[in-house]
Amino acid sequence: MSKAIHLPLADNFEPRIVAFFCNWCTYTASDLAGISRMTYAPNTRVIRVMCSGRIEPQLLLAALREGADGVLIGGCHPGDCHYQAGNYKCLRRFKLLKKYLDQMGIEPQRVRLEWIAASEGDKVQKVTNEMTEQIRKLGPLKLTAIPKPPSHHQADQAPVCQGAVS
Amino acid sequence: MIMSNTAAGDQPRIGVFVCYCGRNIASKVDVEKVRQFAEKLPNVVVSRTYKFMCSDPGQEMIQQDIKELKLNRIVVASCSPLLHEPTFRRTCAAAGLNPFYFQMANIREQVSWVTADTVAATRKASALVAAAVSRVACHTSLEKKRVPVHADVMVVGAGISGIHAALLLANAGKKVYLVEREPSIGGHMAQLDKTFPTLDCSACILTPKMSEVKNHPNITCWTLSEVEEVSGFAGNFKIKVRRNPRYIKQELCVACGQCVDVCVFKEGKVLDDFNVGLSKHKPIYMPFPQATPACVLIDPTACLKLSRGKCAQRCVEACDRKAIDFEQQVIHEEVEVGAVIIATGYQMFDARKTPEYGYGKYLNVYTMMEVERLVNAAGPTQGEVIMRDGKTPKTVGIIHCVGSRDKRHHPYCSSVCCMAALKTAHLVREHTGALVFNFYIDMRTPLKGYEEFYDRVLQEGVQFVRGRVAEVTDWAVTPAEDGKLVIRVEDTLIGVARRIPVDMVILATAMEAHHDAAELQRRFNISCSKEGWFLERHPKLAPVSTFSDGIFLAGVCQGPKDIPGSVAQAGAAAAEALMLVDKGFVEIEPNSAWIDDEVCSGCKTCVPLCPFHAITYNAQDHVSVINEALCKGCGTCVASCPSGAAQQKLFTDEQIHQEIKGVLNYV
Amino acid sequence: MKYLYYPGCSLKGTGKAYDESMVAVFQKLGMDVEELQGWNCCGATSYMSIDETKAFALIARNLALAEQQNGGEPVHLISPCAACYLGLCKAQKYIAESEELKTIIVDSLGSVGLKYTGNVKVRHPLDIFVNDLGLDKIAKCVSHPLKGLKVASYYGCLIVRPYATFDDQYNPMTMDKLMVALGAEAVDWPLKTRCCGGTLTGTVEEAGLRLSYMLLKEAAKRGANLVATACPLCQFNLECYQSKMNHDYGDHVHLPVAFFSQVMGKAFGLDRRQIGLQRLMVPVETSPAMA
Repeated sequence: MSKAIHLPLADNFEPRIVAFFCNWCTYTASDLAGISRMTYAPNTRVIRVMCSGRIEPQLLLAALREGADGVLIGGCHPGDCHYQAGNYKCLRRFKLLKKYLDQMGIEPQRVRLEWIAASEGDKVQKVTNEMTEQIRKLGPLKLTAIPKPPSHHQADQAPVCQGAVS
Repeated sequence: MIMSNTAAGDQPRIGVFVCYCGRNIASKVDVEKVRQFAEKLPNVVVSRTYKFMCSDPGQEMIQQDIKELKLNRIVVASCSPLLHEPTFRRTCAAAGLNPFYFQMANIREQVSWVTADTVAATRKASALVAAAVSRVACHTSLEKKRVPVHADVMVVGAGISGIHAALLLANAGKKVYLVEREPSIGGHMAQLDKTFPTLDCSACILTPKMSEVKNHPNITCWTLSEVEEVSGFAGNFKIKVRRNPRYIKQELCVACGQCVDVCVFKEGKVLDDFNVGLSKHKPIYMPFPQATPACVLIDPTACLKLSRGKCAQRCVEACDRKAIDFEQQVIHEEVEVGAVIIATGYQMFDARKTPEYGYGKYLNVYTMMEVERLVNAAGPTQGEVIMRDGKTPKTVGIIHCVGSRDKRHHPYCSSVCCMAALKTAHLVREHTGALVFNFYIDMRTPLKGYEEFYDRVLQEGVQFVRGRVAEVTDWAVTPAEDGKLVIRVEDTLIGVARRIPVDMVILATAMEAHHDAAELQRRFNISCSKEGWFLERHPKLAPVSTFSDGIFLAGVCQGPKDIPGSVAQAGAAAAEALMLVDKGFVEIEPNSAWIDDEVCSGCKTCVPLCPFHAITYNAQDHVSVINEALCKGCGTCVASCPSGAAQQKLFTDEQIHQEIKGVLNYV
Repeated sequence: MKYLYYPGCSLKGTGKAYDESMVAVFQKLGMDVEELQGWNCCGATSYMSIDETKAFALIARNLALAEQQNGGEPVHLISPCAACYLGLCKAQKYIAESEELKTIIVDSLGSVGLKYTGNVKVRHPLDIFVNDLGLDKIAKCVSHPLKGLKVASYYGCLIVRPYATFDDQYNPMTMDKLMVALGAEAVDWPLKTRCCGGTLTGTVEEAGLRLSYMLLKEAAKRGANLVATACPLCQFNLECYQSKMNHDYGDHVHLPVAFFSQVMGKAFGLDRRQIGLQRLMVPVETSPAMA
């Protein structure tokens, strides 16, 4: 399945972040950042959905499984969802997913949920730059390696992930 | 969870078209490289580039390839789908291909315009193209649904913008509901004395229009009313309006004013909003002489009968027409309209937030709107400029940009205050002969007749000091300053800090969004900009439409502007609303959800999640069903479905999964 | 609540009356206050203009000492001197906002065995008296209401600018309210935070003198018979040059200038030497209720 076409890579690790942006707020803000010619890190790859409520854990996990080093979700601010409450549903699912990822040993900074309004092009820039740097420091997500047990776990190591997460 | 590929029968034959967009994309993305990369992707039959894909020759290129190469999927890598997705879908349709076999990759707004490094930009563009190619292979043919629209229109807010829009629509034969929160239509323009640059009397040019509204058979005008709830979608809005009681039978009142004269309160009791708090009115009152409807109303918190239950009720005695009705209740109306124009206007910045200017502390510091009422012949001082201490000013200082162009309050320029301040300078000087100083940062007088007006005011002897006023103080350093208000300012043109003693200070306060604009925004499902103004669909090309189809904006509620700008925008909004309702139908984007009843186990997880109540449970068949007419296509139910029975057209699980794979597996 | 007390150099020198009266007032109010052990000079406004980073380090040492003295628990540090107060607030803020600066400070303090976590709450005594203890408690301790005393509360430029943490920037009222609770009358005047000239009285005398003179003139014009201050340099500038002002400007300014804590002490019935009244150059006994 992986047909990596090796375009020349920089010496440093370049994170690949899949971003799910909702159509009405975050995707529009992202366009606004472009119209305003704000420069930011090129490490996010945007997938447009109509509402952050469409986003389910399986999509996030699929992204990580396919090789993403991080996932960013962008939705409308609470109260401003174009479909009234989709963003709240997304938030609930996201919180649960974070707990699950923690158990898998995936660093919490790798998945991030942000509320970005249609006029907040600068926030798209800021969040993208911040997240890229954070993940650069964390390094690539190596799902097949045995992760070090998180400090708050006592004896048992976290389970090995072979990529069959769904 | 993964469903089988629903591409009906045929193997996907994908055409990829990468746009240069002049230099917009090409300056950062190696377009030719992306083309070559796309050629090698699975199912891609042809990969081309063109300078401007959205142009006629660009579109013809796509159409030709569809016909000659028998393409059944199209990917265009160019600008944002929010801009040109409809364009290219039409291109496909014109060539006989279902328009939903199309996907765009945004390599301009989200790649070339935001990436510094060309290598990185080309990588990112390639990844996005791979994503689009992978996704479009799973697209199916879809049809836009047509839904009939209501011919009626609602206009919310009856200032000059709302009035103008309502009249245009009514004259085009449409039934218009004009909803206004205040007891009279007219808005802020009714409060003004004269309008710049012609110095026309504001009431004289406004009242004929107000009269026309009142008499127009097609306009139903509800004052003291507010929109409570909005549901539905473009062409089919259901709106609940709350009509608050005025305690007067409007159809009987002839505005003779006798009730006001005989009211048990001899003096005014309630701060008069129309006179910006400079005077008080009785509990029963006429908002202003030319109020429309020409009818009094009763303030229930101040009226003795309504608040305490006991009063001599002289008003009832005095009214020949028996128009007073203390039992009047709130009326809830529910109407169906095809389009809505929001023209709710603005409020003025509270000058107490800039305490350095002494508003509220020193008696003779005024806002410009207050001064409008002072100079108006029908105002609290009958047109005489008499200050709160009873005196007439001999020197006046007008301070520009109070609350505007200020990082602490509003960073924007309110656009009209320079002209309004010039007008005020002229009017005050005319009424009092006072020496007037205008303290400005820049003089903004761009439109027709504005610069000439500035010149005129200069010739009239008004003094101008370029400098942002630091403070207004009553601290006198010399005997000449005793009893005066001292304006401390740096005169930047001569480079000196000055102290200018004046009798009266007038503050040109900012226009700002209403304090409850955020609530209205949510009710109508539109967005607000950072500064609180309602957000237009596109700052350049779509200034009156919003991201919610069928909801339009007019006037200052969309951003500060002058009266001609508001009127022009109201005309534009009326035209767009007419366009929508005259067509007779709207086409709904086919991105609604559906439930495969063979997979659905009837767990009902999705049912309570839908904010539009589009999902019901069929107890007989033990499955949940989505009502396509109510579904708005958010996908929340789809995400929650444990079995994958719920899917969203254009955003199926498989399509999104393929997009994820495509975006990661090639670059 | 336990407080730590940072007097700073001025309060041990020319501002001794401020220190004495402050400590006496703490005692009278039954407050649990301990002086900060081993405190050093904060550098005031001078060092900050020479080497900002070193100045922050100097200030931060006091913050670290405060943490240490309170066993690592969150601590409230009272700083009556305006320059010390602003310096402490500013250092905390800048260190919190700059990773780079924080690293330098933490490292340098670490090298002398001190820890910095930023857990110290820097408090102005006005804030504590009016907001923590409350005006009712203050009023209860008054045995000698200051009837007839008309006080112009002079806050100076440093304690509410740029950080207005406990009072309004344009028209602060804590000291005014305090004076009223002591039985005096608070004079409303527009120059509460106007500059007194600061160190200019030493370097560009004409400029500094004039600024202080204008403050005194306006206070007197508004009917004040005492100016209360919250800064040792303000007090010094306003009080000590009145004869020179009279000579240079041909005037007859004669207005006592006391620290607000001295006014508190007087209202609490404390002994005049306890609250340092004898140190005042313009005798305060000429003001009603202060004899």
